[in-house]
Amino acid sequence: MEYKPVLQTLKRIGSWIVFPLLSVGDIVGRKTGRNMPRLTLAALGIYLYIYVLGSTGVFNGYVMHIINLSLIYVALAASLNLINGITGQFSLGHMGFAAVGAYVSGTFTTLLFKLNPSVPGAYLVFVGAIVAGGVAAALMGVLIGFPSLRLKGDYLAIVTLGFGEIIRTILNNISYVGGPRGLLGIPKFSNFTIIFAAAFLTILVIRNLVHSSHGRAFLAIRENELAAELAGIDTTRYKVLSFAIGAGFAGVAGGLFAHLLQMAHPTQYGFMGSVMVLIMVYAGGVGSLTGSIIAAFSLTFLSEGLRGVLDGLGELTNLPLGDLRMVIYALLLILIMLFRTEGLMGNKESKLLMLPEDKR
Amino acid sequence: MKRALLIVATVLAVFGIFGCAQGGGEIKIGGVGPVTGEAATFGVSTKMGCQMAVDEWNAAGGLLGKQIKLIYADDKGEPAEGATVWNKLIQQDKVVAIVGTVMSKVSLAGAPISQAAGIPMISPTSTNTKVTEVGDYIFRACFIDPFQGTVGAKFAWDDLGARKAAAIFDVGNDYTKGLSEAFRDKFLALGGEMVAFEAHPTGATDFKAQLTKIVQAMPDVVYVSDYYNDVALIAKQIRELGYTGPLVGGDGWDSPELTAIGGAAVENGFFTNHYSKDDTRPVVKEFVAKFKAKFGSEPDALATLAYDAMYLMLTGIKQAGSTEGAKIKDALAGISLDVVSGRVQFDASRNPVKSAVIIEIKGGQQVYRTTVNP
Amino acid sequence: MGSIINAQQIINGLQLGSIYALIALGYTMVYGIVRLINFAHGDFYMIGAYAAYGAFFLFNAVLGGAGGPMAVATLLFAMLAGLSIAALTNRFAYRPLRYKPKLSSLITAIGVSMFIEYVFSATPFIGASFRAFPAIIPQSLFKIGSATVSNYVVIDLAVAGTLMIGLTVLVKWTKLGKAMRAVSQDKDAARLMGIDIEKVISATFMIGGAFAGAAGLLAGMTYPRIFPYMGILPGLKAFIAAVLGGIGNIPGAMLGAYIMGLAETFASAYNSLLGEGIAFAILILVLLVRPRGLLGEKTADKI
Repeated sequence: MEYKPVLQTLKRIGSWIVFPLLSVGDIVGRKTGRNMPRLTLAALGIYLYIYVLGSTGVFNGYVMHIINLSLIYVALAASLNLINGITGQFSLGHMGFAAVGAYVSGTFTTLLFKLNPSVPGAYLVFVGAIVAGGVAAALMGVLIGFPSLRLKGDYLAIVTLGFGEIIRTILNNISYVGGPRGLLGIPKFSNFTIIFAAAFLTILVIRNLVHSSHGRAFLAIRENELAAELAGIDTTRYKVLSFAIGAGFAGVAGGLFAHLLQMAHPTQYGFMGSVMVLIMVYAGGVGSLTGSIIAAFSLTFLSEGLRGVLDGLGELTNLPLGDLRMVIYALLLILIMLFRTEGLMGNKESKLLMLPEDKR
Repeated sequence: MKRALLIVATVLAVFGIFGCAQGGGEIKIGGVGPVTGEAATFGVSTKMGCQMAVDEWNAAGGLLGKQIKLIYADDKGEPAEGATVWNKLIQQDKVVAIVGTVMSKVSLAGAPISQAAGIPMISPTSTNTKVTEVGDYIFRACFIDPFQGTVGAKFAWDDLGARKAAAIFDVGNDYTKGLSEAFRDKFLALGGEMVAFEAHPTGATDFKAQLTKIVQAMPDVVYVSDYYNDVALIAKQIRELGYTGPLVGGDGWDSPELTAIGGAAVENGFFTNHYSKDDTRPVVKEFVAKFKAKFGSEPDALATLAYDAMYLMLTGIKQAGSTEGAKIKDALAGISLDVVSGRVQFDASRNPVKSAVIIEIKGGQQVYRTTVNP
Repeated sequence: MGSIINAQQIINGLQLGSIYALIALGYTMVYGIVRLINFAHGDFYMIGAYAAYGAFFLFNAVLGGAGGPMAVATLLFAMLAGLSIAALTNRFAYRPLRYKPKLSSLITAIGVSMFIEYVFSATPFIGASFRAFPAIIPQSLFKIGSATVSNYVVIDLAVAGTLMIGLTVLVKWTKLGKAMRAVSQDKDAARLMGIDIEKVISATFMIGGAFAGAAGLLAGMTYPRIFPYMGILPGLKAFIAAVLGGIGNIPGAMLGAYIMGLAETFASAYNSLLGEGIAFAILILVLLVRPRGLLGEKTADKI
C-alpha cells in the first residue's frame, strides 16, 4: 500500500467533511449552551470519514471488519459499564445477554421469516428483529437484576456468571436453534452504518441517562448504597433498571454480532467472552464511557496489529514469533493495569460526553 | 513510561494492520487453525501438516513456476476470530486459496467470506455438513458427521455382535454429538437397543457420573466419539468402573497420545479412520516417515488431513494452471487424487468420496482391521 | 432414583469434590486476606502439574523407580513450584496495586492468568499438546459394597482433609495465623500492632500456591492428562465452591467443594445434557437463600 495518496485522501476528507461539521457543532453548541449538537455532529463526522474511506477502498474489507467488531465491543463495554462502572454492581455474565439478543434476532430473521437481504423491506424487519432481541435481553436483565437486591460483590459476580452459563447450556440443548452446531445461515445484514448507529445510540442513551436525575441515583448507589437509600432513592428499582438497560444494549450488540458473522454459536457467549468485555471496561476506566470506547478500539486493534507485526518480525528472524501474539497481549494488559491502574481514562470523560456545566 | 507504552501500542497496531503486503514472485496460500486457546494442540498439528505439504512442493520446484508462501493465521478456535482471519487473508494478504480450519463453527464463520470473495477453501477437519453447503467454493478433506457414526454402528452390530449399545459425547461439540447421533440412529435402525445416551460438558475431566450410569445399564458396546484426549480419560474411568467390553469411536482417536494417556484402558478399542499407518501404499509410508523425521512424532489425524487438504489445493491450482479462484474451484471439483487418507474425489456437495478403515488398538499399537466402502 | 443416587455416584462426587477442595482452599485463603479473586490460581495448579511431570522424569532418570519416596519428592517439587509462582505473581503483579481499587487487581489477575497460559502454550518444549501424566503411585482398585473405589480417591480425600486440618490449625493457633486474621480484619490496625503485613500476605500467597501445586499433582495422577489450559475450568469451579461455602472461610471452602462435586455428579447422572446448568442453578438458589455462602459470617455494613 502506498502511504502518500492515503494520507492525501485522509486530509482531503478531513478538511472537506469533518472539520466543517465540527465547527458547525461547536457554534450551535456555544449558542445553545448544550453539548448534544456538538456530540451528534462529531459522531456524524467520524461516521462519514470512515464510511468514505471504506467505500473508496482506502480501508480494505479487513480494516472495516475490525472497525465493525470494535464498534460492537464499544456497545458491549459501554452497556457493561452502566452496570459495573456506573451503578457499581458486578456482572460476570454480560455475554449471556448478548447471546439472548443474538439468538432471538437470528431466530426472527433466519428461522421465522427466512429473510433475503435483496428483498426490499427486509432491512426493516431486520431492524425490528434486532430491537426484539434487545427487548428479550432486557427482560432477562430484569430477571438477573433481582439477585442483585440480595447479593453484593463477588457473590453477585458468581450468580451472574452462573446465569450466563445456564443460558449457554440451554442454547446447547435447543436443537431448533442448532444446539452445539450453532445457529447458521444468518443473512449478512449488519454493516458499518447500522453498527455505528447502534454503538452511538448506546453511548448517547447511557450518557444522557447518567446526566439525568436517574443517573445520579445510579452513581449514588455505587458510591454508598445505604446512604442512597437513606436519601430516598428506590435502590431496588434503580439496580434492576441498570441491569435491564445494560442487558438490552448488550442484546442489540449481540444481534448485530450474529448478523455480521452470519452465525451464532453458544461457545461465543461463554465466560471468557464476558471476561474480554470486562477487561475493556476496566482497562478503559470504570465509569468512563470515553474509556470504554478507547479500550474497545485499542484492544481489538492491538490484538490484530500484533498478528501482522509478529508475522513480519517472524519472517525476518525466521522464528515462530506469531505464536507469541497472545503472550504479548496479556503482558500489555498487565502493564496497562500496573502503570495506569485506574484504566486508560480513569474516571475522566471526554468533553463531548459531558454536559457543559460539568467541569471535572 | 505511560506515554511510551501508548505510542508503542499504537505503532504496533497501525503497522500490523496497514503494513504493506509485498512480493509478487510467489503464490500465497492461507492456512488457518487454532494455535492458541484450548484447541491449540489441534491447530498446531494442522499447521505442521500444511507446512510439510508446502515445503515438499517448494523443494520440488514450487507451483506454476513460483515458490509457495504459506501464511498461517491463528483463529483461537473462536468464530469471531475466524471471520477476522478470513478477512485478513483475503483482503490484506491477497491469498489465492485457503486451507482451514479445524472446528466447524469457525469454518462456518469463514466460509461465507471465502464464497463471497471467490477464494476457494478446503477445510481439513470440519465435519459439519453445513460447511460445504455454504457454496461452491467450499470443500472439505474429511468425512461428514453421519458417515463415521453409521460405519461405527454397522461395525458394532455385524463384527462385534453387539445388541445393546451406549454412547457418550461432548454436549458442546457438534463433531462428537453428530457422530453419536448418527451412531444411535443407525444402531436403532439395525434393530439394536440404546441403553444409555449420555453427554458431558466441554472440558470435563471427570466422566464418572455418566459412565457409572452407562456401566449399570450393561451395554455390549460403548460408542465414544470424543477426541483422543477425552477418549483416553473416558476409557480409563470406564475400565475402573468395571466395564471390559469394546469401545468404538471416530477419527478423533487417531493420535499417538491416545495410548500414551489411556494405556491398557484403550485396548479392545476400535475406531473409524481415513487410513491405516500399516497401509503399504507408498504415499502413506513416505508421509509417515517424513513426518517423523521432520517433527519427531507420529502424525495424528489432524496433521494428516491438513497435509492432504493442502496437497489437494496445490494440485487443484496446478491443474487449473492459474491462481484465479473460479478456475481453481472447477479444477478441484473434477480432481481425483491419491493422497494419504485415500483416493479423493469430490461429490456434488464437495465432500470427499473415500472409504473408511477400522483400526483396532492392540498391544498399544494401531492395527488395521477392515475397510468399509461408502 | 437408584441409578442417580447410589454408592458409586457418591464416591464419584466425593472424588470430584476433593480436587475442587484442594484448589478452593488456596483460593479462599488468599481471598480472606487480600479480598482478591485470584484468577491465576487455576494456573498455579497447572504449573504444579507440569512441575510434578518434569520432576518425575528427572528423578526417574537420576534415581530410578516409582512408589512412595518418589511420590513425596514430586509432591514437594510441585508444591515448591506453586509456591514460587504464587510468590512471584504477588510480588510483581499484585503488590504494586495493593492500595489501588480492588478491581484493578482483578483485571491484572486475569492478565496474569492469560499470560501464564499463553507462555506455557508457546514454549517449545512444553507446547499446547496434551501430555500423558505418569502413574507416580500405581493405581489399585478395591470394592466397597457394589462400588469400585480407586486408591487415588482415598489419597485425594486424605490429602484434602489433612491440608484443611493443617490450615485450620495454622490459622487458629499459630502466630502467623493470628497475623493473617489480623490483616484480614483490618490492615491499618494490624500494621499499627507491628505486623509486617506484606510479609503476611506473601506468606499467604505462598501457602495458597503450594496447595494449588499439590492439587495439580493429585489431579494429574487422577486424570492423567495435562495441558496448559487445564487450570481454567477447575479454577472457576473451585472459586464457585469457595463462594458457595462462604469465601474466606476455610471449612466453608471444603464444604462448598464437596457440595459442588456431589451436585455436579448427581445432576449429570440425572440429566447429562443439562448437568452443568443444573449445578449452576443449585448454586444460584443456595446463594439467594444464603447470600454470604453456607458458612459465611454475617457482617454488618460499615457506615
